[in-house]
Formats: sequence, structure tokens, C-alpha cells
Amino acid sequence: MDILTLFVVVPILTVLVLVFAKGLKQVRIISLVGMLVQLGMAINLIFAYLKERAINKDIMVFTQDYTWYESFNIHYAIGVDAISGVLIALTAIVVVAGIFISWKIDDLPKEFFITLIILSAGVFGFFISLDLFTLFVFYEIAVIPMYLLIGIWGSGPKEFSAMKLTLMLMAASALLSVGIFGIYFNSNADGGALTFNILEIAQVNIPVAAQNLFFPFVFIGFAVIGALFPFHTWSPSGHASAPTAVSMLHAGVLMKLGGYGVFRIAMYLLPQGAINWTDFFLVLTTIGVIYGALAAVMQKDLKYINAYASVSHLSLVLFALLMLNKTAWTGAIIQSLSHGLLTALFFALIGMVYGRTHTRDIAKLGGIMKILPFIGSVYVITGLAYLGLPGFSGFVAEMNIFVGAFEHTDTFRRILTIIVVSSIVVTAVYILRMVGKIMMGPLVNEEHAELPKATWYEKVGLVLLMIPVVFIGMMPFGLSEMIKESVTPFLERLI
Amino acid sequence: MRFELGLLLLFLTLLVFEIFTNKKQKGNVISFAILLFTIHTAIGFIPLADGDLFGGMFKTNTLLFYFKNVLNVGVLIVLLQSADWLKEKIVEQNKATEFILLLLSSLLGMYFMISAGDFLMFYLGLELATLPVAALVAYETSKRISAEAGVKYILSSALASGTALFGISFLYATAGSLYFDVIATTLTVSNLSILGFILFFSGLAFKISLAPFHFWTADVYEGAPINVASYLSVISKGAAVVILVILLFTVLKPLLPFWSKIIYIVAIATMTIGNLFALRQQNMKRFLAFSSVAQAGFILLGMLSVDELGLTTVLFFVTVYIFSNLGAFGVVQAISEVSGKENIDDYEGLYRTNPKLSLLLMLALFSLAGIPPLAGFFGKFFLYAAAASKGYYVLVFIGVVNATISLYYYLLVIRAMFLRKNQDAIPYFNSKLFMKLGLILAAIGILVAGMYSPLYEYVYTISTNFLN
Repeated sequence: MDILTLFVVVPILTVLVLVFAKGLKQVRIISLVGMLVQLGMAINLIFAYLKERAINKDIMVFTQDYTWYESFNIHYAIGVDAISGVLIALTAIVVVAGIFISWKIDDLPKEFFITLIILSAGVFGFFISLDLFTLFVFYEIAVIPMYLLIGIWGSGPKEFSAMKLTLMLMAASALLSVGIFGIYFNSNADGGALTFNILEIAQVNIPVAAQNLFFPFVFIGFAVIGALFPFHTWSPSGHASAPTAVSMLHAGVLMKLGGYGVFRIAMYLLPQGAINWTDFFLVLTTIGVIYGALAAVMQKDLKYINAYASVSHLSLVLFALLMLNKTAWTGAIIQSLSHGLLTALFFALIGMVYGRTHTRDIAKLGGIMKILPFIGSVYVITGLAYLGLPGFSGFVAEMNIFVGAFEHTDTFRRILTIIVVSSIVVTAVYILRMVGKIMMGPLVNEEHAELPKATWYEKVGLVLLMIPVVFIGMMPFGLSEMIKESVTPFLERLI
Repeated sequence: MRFELGLLLLFLTLLVFEIFTNKKQKGNVISFAILLFTIHTAIGFIPLADGDLFGGMFKTNTLLFYFKNVLNVGVLIVLLQSADWLKEKIVEQNKATEFILLLLSSLLGMYFMISAGDFLMFYLGLELATLPVAALVAYETSKRISAEAGVKYILSSALASGTALFGISFLYATAGSLYFDVIATTLTVSNLSILGFILFFSGLAFKISLAPFHFWTADVYEGAPINVASYLSVISKGAAVVILVILLFTVLKPLLPFWSKIIYIVAIATMTIGNLFALRQQNMKRFLAFSSVAQAGFILLGMLSVDELGLTTVLFFVTVYIFSNLGAFGVVQAISEVSGKENIDDYEGLYRTNPKLSLLLMLALFSLAGIPPLAGFFGKFFLYAAAASKGYYVLVFIGVVNATISLYYYLLVIRAMFLRKNQDAIPYFNSKLFMKLGLILAAIGILVAGMYSPLYEYVYTISTNFLN
């Protein structure tokens, strides 16, 4: 079996074994082993990719193609470039960290891990797909388990949040399916056969009228899960209600499907539509960046702060993608990675604090640093990385985005860029205020004076996420070179 | 003709067998009938040659064989799911074998209906398919609601048949023949033929429960025994859909510019009305009734592409839909048999007591909602594709919006089963063998029919051959 299909097969096998597992201990060991194998494969994939890239100059490497539905020309076509490669690695890391964080789950543990792993299988499948149909299938497989994960294991108004999230994302995927039909039935514009294959469609000049018509369908279809304003409203309530590991996986990985889809499908296959629609969507994403940041300032619940911060940072990813140049795109991909790791860290930390203090209200928390030194320090580091301190991944990402955005000299983009840059200040406000208050501030609640220290599995989970954050921050050039190279063929479609 | 003769033979065997059994052995008659029907189903898969009979009144070809097989499998599942109910409740009323006989004669009617080569045979088949079902709907004579449903069904279906017959007479008047082959060449667009089509379509629309002819659906499903409701919602509806699509694509093709508009409007109305009514239902049977109305609306999308793609997607969707809906109805039946509970609220906390049944119901509902990788997703996606291939993007858009609305009410049931905790949840129970088999067959269909692409490709091949 080829190196990529294994990314879908291993989770499925893990789930099959899990069905026969008994008790929490067996369940978590099996899940952990399965996902560690997955992580090992992901790291191996990065190295294998670098080796393959040296000799193979195709857009995608490790490609495989099997016919599925012959009359529709649907194939199971897979392949990766640097972008999907790093996102696969990100997913593997977050899933393993998520399993460590859910080490002590008590209600229906088997079902929890099975659903979580099915979700991750959907995400892995999405990133390796080169066929619109299979990509769409995997996308929906990744979204639907969220309903059960939030609804069963969540907290607060979980039924409402789960329903809202699922319906909004599925409505988006409904729009997306219209867009996919539009692309598919125009993929014979140059006289060839109808096809779902992304690389083949990219060779076709789809009529401009069709591109203009279907671009917003595909763009919004993907961007809703990437928290595009004003379709982001599922995200704060969903994240606030979800259990910790699910918030991590959702904000860390699932929301990246949006940016990836916009980049890989909407912009690559409908380039003329992208050029014609950028101005409109740039305004929306700019609003998203600022609105998300300001909304985060106003929140009192830790999870809501992070959820709105995610809206802001992911709008920034979409903003960078809409800038349509190499530097900004590289920044967008690195921002996806960086945000994925950092937001997963944040949600994990919030989960740990909440698990001990039973509150997420900022006003009721304070002086955690002295009581929980390990969690506190990681919290501070994460906060600093999040607001873009040099030396961490956030800085590399935002630097690239803003430099790329400033490469445009027209007034419209200049103004939007300046507005967006100002969000850095707002980010600093809510991050520093939050960290200062709950970590450094005086002890608010006497009951919090004695809290259990971080356990080994929590530490492992956090460190696992921390390593790549520091790694990207310290040595960004290898990564950004790798991504720049992969971005180039996509950019060529736009000129 | 082998299908029809085989079924007739089975019918007579059972009749004779029934005479020579005493009351204690009636339960065995049911098992025996199911065994015979399984054999009949298995024989159906042996290939047959195409041909005409009775001077072209009766036609067979690979496409019809395929669909008769699908109907057989569907009826087999229905029989398996009803076996326990028959043995426990109906045998003591001494009318269990009659249930099976009525069901089989209705199936025989459907065979004739879809194999018809002229309108006369079609009408005979239609009546034979309808009348026994009216008796089945009123089968639980001890319940008033069942008798009421029976009357409702027989009255409205008589009216529908009459309307269809009236339409057929108009078509005969314009085309000068009852034979499909002749009509296909002589039919022209005129006021009379359009009126004839509208009347004929209304009659069939009643069977498929398309809006605005769907009003009987919920009441009849609620009153009828659950297995009869599931028979009505899948087998009866499926056969009517297939004969409609065949007639539209061949005989009535001269009226295409006209009927495509009708189908367009009726599709939107059916999807939307079915969905909006399903949102507020509390009773699982009524809920599934409206969901099946909405599903019928989706099927119409495929009919708008008048080529092999349209025919394939409709046939494929009906196949998939039979499995999905039988899975859902099967679980409802299994639960109702044990506990007598049929409301969505009663399902709260079901997963924690009966995980397997809940999972199956979830699979069936997700398949109906069109969630991958279950069969329903492929069925629905291909129906959209058929409509989109002719440029009906607005209709596809309305369709996908409706699919999202439908996801909401399917999730309501899943919410009750999985998300809610309930002290008084339906306690754990173990279904009997036949019920289990029926549910497993449906589950296999739901899981495999979509992922296993050769099924679709086979339907595509036979549809292409049929239309050329």
C-alpha cells in the first residue's frame, strides 16, 4: 500500500480494533498507539517528501490514481506537496496531543476515541485528496463527527452549539457541492472529458462567466469553516461547548480545511473568479480580523477569548490568501500551522485550568502561575507566541503575511493592510490582559490555592505541541522555502 | 415472465399449504413463506433474455429484471422484519398467511405495472398493486386508527387511479393507441395531450406522494402497521417512481418541454413541503412519512436530465433509498414491538441501553440525510449531478438547501438517542432472528451500495442499453 493511503487506513484499523476494546485503559492505549504510528508516518512523510522533491519536480508527489466511479470519471486520486505535507504533520501532532489531553475521559470513552479518530481520518483524507469528489467526501466525514463529539461530551449549551455548528458547516458544504458541480460540468471547456481531478481541471480554461458564478460558492463553502465573517458565528459557541480535545482538533486542524480548500480548489481551479472577487472578500476578511480581535477583548470566558482570537487569526489566513502573491501565501500557510499549534495549546491549557478550578471566568481566576508553575509557564509562552513575538512561529507567519500584503501598491489594499496590521495591537491587548490577570495577578479564589500539579500525560501533550512552535520560530527558512516552492505553480495560474 | 410465474407458484403453494396446517403450525407457515421467498429472490438473479409477450403488452429487459430484483430484496427485508410481529400478534387472529399473500399479490401487481407495454396492462398492474395494500393498511382491526387509515387509503387511491385512468383516456384520444411504442411516435403537444398528461401524472404522483398529492401519507403511515408503512414508503413508492421515469423518458418524451416544467415545480414543492412538515413531527412514523415525501422530491431532480445519467441516478437512488428507509423503519418496528413506543421523545437515551439499534438507526438516518460514506450520499449527490448536467443549478441549490434542512430533523432523532440521558430509557432487549436478519440486510445495503461502485456502473450500463 502506498505511503499516503496508509494515512486513511491506519485510523480505520485503529477504529476497528477499538470496537473490540474493553475499559478506558485498553481504549486509550490502542488509540495512542494508532495515532503515534500516524505521527511517525507523518514525520516520515516530511523527510520522504524532501528526498522526493529533489528528484521529482511535479506539482504533487507520491501520486496514485485508482478509478472509482467510471462513468462519472471519479477517481481515488491522491498526492501531496509541501503544503498538504505540513498540514498532515500538524494534524498528526494535534491528534496525539488530543489523546493525551483526553487521558482521563470517563463518559463513554470508547465512543469518544472512535469518533475522534474517524474525524481525524476525514481530515487526513481531505489533505491527501486530489479529486474533488473524494475531497468532498472526506470533508463531510470530518465535519459530521463534531455533532456527536460536542453534543455528547461537551459542556454548557452543548446541544444548541452542536446543532448550530453542524448545520452551518453542512449548509456551507451544500454551497460547496453546487460549486463542485459547476466546476465539474465546465471541466470539458477545452474539449476534454468531464473530470473531478484537480490537476487536470487546472489545465482547463473554464469560461470566465462560470468562474465568476461559481467562485463565491466554492469560496464561501470552504471559508465558513475557516471562520469567514459573517459566517463565523458557529465557531465561538461551538468551541466553548466542545470538550478540550475536540476544541483543540477543531480549532487546530478542522478550521484549516477552510483555508486549504480556498487555496487549493477555489483559487487554483477558478483563478479568474478569484481575481474578480478578491476585493469583496478582502473587505469581509478585514472585518473578520478586526471584529474577531475586538470581540476577544470583550470576552470574560477563556474559551470565548480563544475562539474569537481564532476567528481573527483565521480571517488573517484568508486575507493573506486573497493577497494573491507568493510571500503572503507562504505566510498564510505558516499562519495555518502556527495557529493550529498555538490554539491547540491554548485550548489544552484552558481545559487543564478549567478541569482544576471548574471555572473559565477571567474574573474568578488569578495567580495560577504560583500554584501551577508548569501550566502557567506554558500559558505565558503560548500567549507570547500567539501575539507574534519573534522566536516563535506566530512571528514568522505574520511577518510574511504583512510583507506580502505590502507588496501591493494600490490604495485599496494598502488601507486594508494597515487596518489589519493594527489588529496586532489588539491581539496584544487581550492576550497580555488575560495572561497578566489569570497567571500573574493576585490569587482571587482561596479554593484555588491548592490545585493538583500537571500530570505526566498533560505535560507530554503540551511539550509535543510546543516543540514545533519553537522549531518553526527558530528555523523558519527551511519551512518557508519548502512552502514557497509548492506555492509557485498555484500562483502561475493567476497571472 | 419467470418472476411473475415464480411468484404465482409461490402464492399457490402457500395457499395450499395454508389449507393443510392447523392453527398451531401457522407460525411455521410464515417461516416457510420467507424461505420460499428467499429462494424466489435468489432465482431472480439468474440472468434472463429480453422479450415481449401478449402482443407487446408485456415487456421485459435487463433494466426491469434489475429493478424486480431490487423489489424482491426490499420485500424480503419487509417480510423478515414483519415475521415476529406476525407470529406474535397476528397468528392468534388466524390471518397471518393472508398478510403474506396480500403482500405478494401486491408485489405481483408491481411486476406487471413496471413491465407493462401498454396502458391497459399498466393500469391492471397498478390496481393489483394498490388494492391489497388497502387491506394491509387496515390489518390491525383492533385499532381504530388502522381501520381509519385503510379507508383513507382506499378512497384516495381509488380517486387517484380514476384520475390516472381519465388521463390515459385523453392520451389515447390524441395518440390513437394504448401501446407505449405507438404513443411514443404519434403523441404530439396539444391541449388535450397536456391535459391527459396532467391527469395521468396526478394519479402517479399520489402513489409517489408528491406534493400536492401527499396528504394521505402521514395519516396512513401512522395508522398502518409499521411494516405496511415501510412497504408503502419504499416498495410501492419505488415501483411507481420507476414506471414514471420510464414513461417520461420514453413514451411521454414528446411532451418533454412541458413536463420538465411540471417536474421542476413539483420537485421544489415536494422537497420543501415534506421538509417543513417533518420538522415538527413527534411520532416516528409520521416523521418518516414526511421525510419520505421530501426524499421523493429529490428523486424528481434526476428525472430532469432526460438521458442515461438521469435514468441511472433515479434507479440507483431508489435502490439506496429502499435500504436506508427499511433500516429506519426496521428499527422503529423492533422498538415498537417490544415497548409499544413510537415517539421521538421515547428514544431518549436509547444508545446507552440499545447501542446496536441506535447505531443502525443513525446509519439509516445519515444515509437518508446524505452523509458520506453511506449509500444515501452517493444517491443524492448523483441526483444533483443529473440535474446540474442540464444546467438546473438553481434547482440543485434549492435541493442542497433542503438537504441541510432535512439534516436538522434527522439530527433531532440522533440527539434524542445519543445526546440525551434518560432514566426511563427503553430497556435493553434482544431482537429475534428474523428481525436481526432484516436489519442486517438493510445495514449491509446502506454501507455497501455507495462505496461499491460496480453497482452504480451496472445500473449505468443497463440504463444506457435501455434508452438506446
